[in-house]
Amino acid sequence: MGTITFIEHDGTAHDVDLVEGESLMELATGNGVPGIDGDCGGEASCGTCHVIVDDAWIATTGTRSATEAAMVEMSPECAPNSRLSCQLKARPELDGLRVHLPEYQM
Amino acid sequence: MTPTESMLDRARTRVVDKVQATVPADRQVRAAHLVEKAKRLAGMSTPLVFTEEPIPDPADVPLTEIDVSNPFMNRQGKWNPYFARLREEAPVHYLADSPFGPFWSITRYADIQAVDSNPEVFSAEPYIVLGPPPLDIEMFIAMDPPKHDVQRKAVQGVVAPRNLKEMEGLIRERVQEVLDGLPTDEPFDWVQKVSIEITGRMLATLLDFPYDQRRKLTYWSDTISSTAEGTGGTSHQDDFYAATEELAKGFVALWHDKAARRAAGEPDGFDLITLMQTSEDTKDLIKRPLEFLGNLTLLIVGGNDTTRNSMSGGVLALNQHPEQFEKLKADPKLIPNMVSEIIRWQTPLAYMRRVARKDVHFGGQFIRKGDVVVMWYASGNRDERKFEDADAFVIDRRNARNHMSFGFGVHRCMGNRLAEMQLRILWEELLARFDRIDVVGEPTYVQSNFVKGYEKMMVQLTPKTVG
Repeated sequence: MGTITFIEHDGTAHDVDLVEGESLMELATGNGVPGIDGDCGGEASCGTCHVIVDDAWIATTGTRSATEAAMVEMSPECAPNSRLSCQLKARPELDGLRVHLPEYQM
Repeated sequence: MTPTESMLDRARTRVVDKVQATVPADRQVRAAHLVEKAKRLAGMSTPLVFTEEPIPDPADVPLTEIDVSNPFMNRQGKWNPYFARLREEAPVHYLADSPFGPFWSITRYADIQAVDSNPEVFSAEPYIVLGPPPLDIEMFIAMDPPKHDVQRKAVQGVVAPRNLKEMEGLIRERVQEVLDGLPTDEPFDWVQKVSIEITGRMLATLLDFPYDQRRKLTYWSDTISSTAEGTGGTSHQDDFYAATEELAKGFVALWHDKAARRAAGEPDGFDLITLMQTSEDTKDLIKRPLEFLGNLTLLIVGGNDTTRNSMSGGVLALNQHPEQFEKLKADPKLIPNMVSEIIRWQTPLAYMRRVARKDVHFGGQFIRKGDVVVMWYASGNRDERKFEDADAFVIDRRNARNHMSFGFGVHRCMGNRLAEMQLRILWEELLARFDRIDVVGEPTYVQSNFVKGYEKMMVQLTPKTVG
């Protein structure tokens, strides 16, 4: 077990238990974190689970794939550390991870 | 092609290439129209005409002959049973001959999502409806990355959530005006008085188009998206060209008028034209006439039929499932989820078309390079593998948001948040005013294999009793 923290655009933080093997999108929607939609169910094809990984963590999570980039780079809020949280699988090394949510999901 | 025909075609290509950058959009449309008329006079081109005949039950048709492109499918209530058979027996189905040529039908949710998410293999070019549009208007919905991305980014700000927030108050006021003017003592046509009226107002607001002329937007959009050749619809090619030419003229005038008003010190609004004129990528768009025309046409067509038919479809669905209306009145917090369920249940655009860029094995079939592949969202949204009791309308359906009416992948509907907001506001304002919204008699349906829509739907309203 461990914790992942989702920080809403207004600064509200939500700590969620890390469940190995689940995606961050599933952890967020499963725990009622507002601001993550996940409309396509985890196929990187809707762009509504956009998160911005904290600078301190980007080396551990890695940067976005080409598939993620095709979706997330269309958002005006896209940042260098933007990822689709459905493509981030929870694993023990991510205990303590902090991700920021954009103001809007597109 | 006959020698004369190929000569005409070559001449047209040469001329189009040369003038594209310099000749105003409306004159380019007129030139293309003249070429088409010349072909028709010379007997080289015959417009398609569809005549309605009763469609048999799917069980009475050999599997290989099933043609879901018949533009009367929706009107006769046959799409759902036909799709149900295809999903079971031939989820990747080939039809060798149709008025639109041969095509593959993809009908299961997961398969559609896979095709939509793979633009490297399945191209959106050169057009996304079953048959060719009379004129090559450059729209990014029918472009592949990277060109698609550049064009879409240039205009999507107008429907981005941040901009919508600025517009929400204005949109609500305009919805309220429409609803407050509705008769409650006699039935009226919901399509005309509510769905078209609100959608027209919204488009005029988004484009800062002259408000009293907003029905022109509806007319242009309807005409352009309903050619017999493209979607099995009822508009003649001559009407298409006339509407496109008028639209081009109208928007060139709007662009210059807006530029003049801004130069005279008018504060910037949140509308599309202002946004284009203040953005580095698009401030000279008027100098690229076909791209200018394409982007505007796309936004008008995309925001017209879709929201309109979801506004009518929601009322019809609640009438067919009256217990859901009671559930809604008891818990108006369900409105946002109901909006997703309406969009799933209605699926206002039945499909998008792709072309295979290479040979590919898919769903147990061999699809060849160049084959046409149609993703039937209307079927995927009723796939029991994804949605439990999929034909039922359930306003608190757990996974309603997973509907595929917006498509998936890079072409996912750009106006999705605007559509959801319009429908949410409509239902909030309806619940505040009316106790009953009863459909009287049967609605009539649009002839099309693309737009799942309503021509007319009579409705009787019962105002809320005060207290």
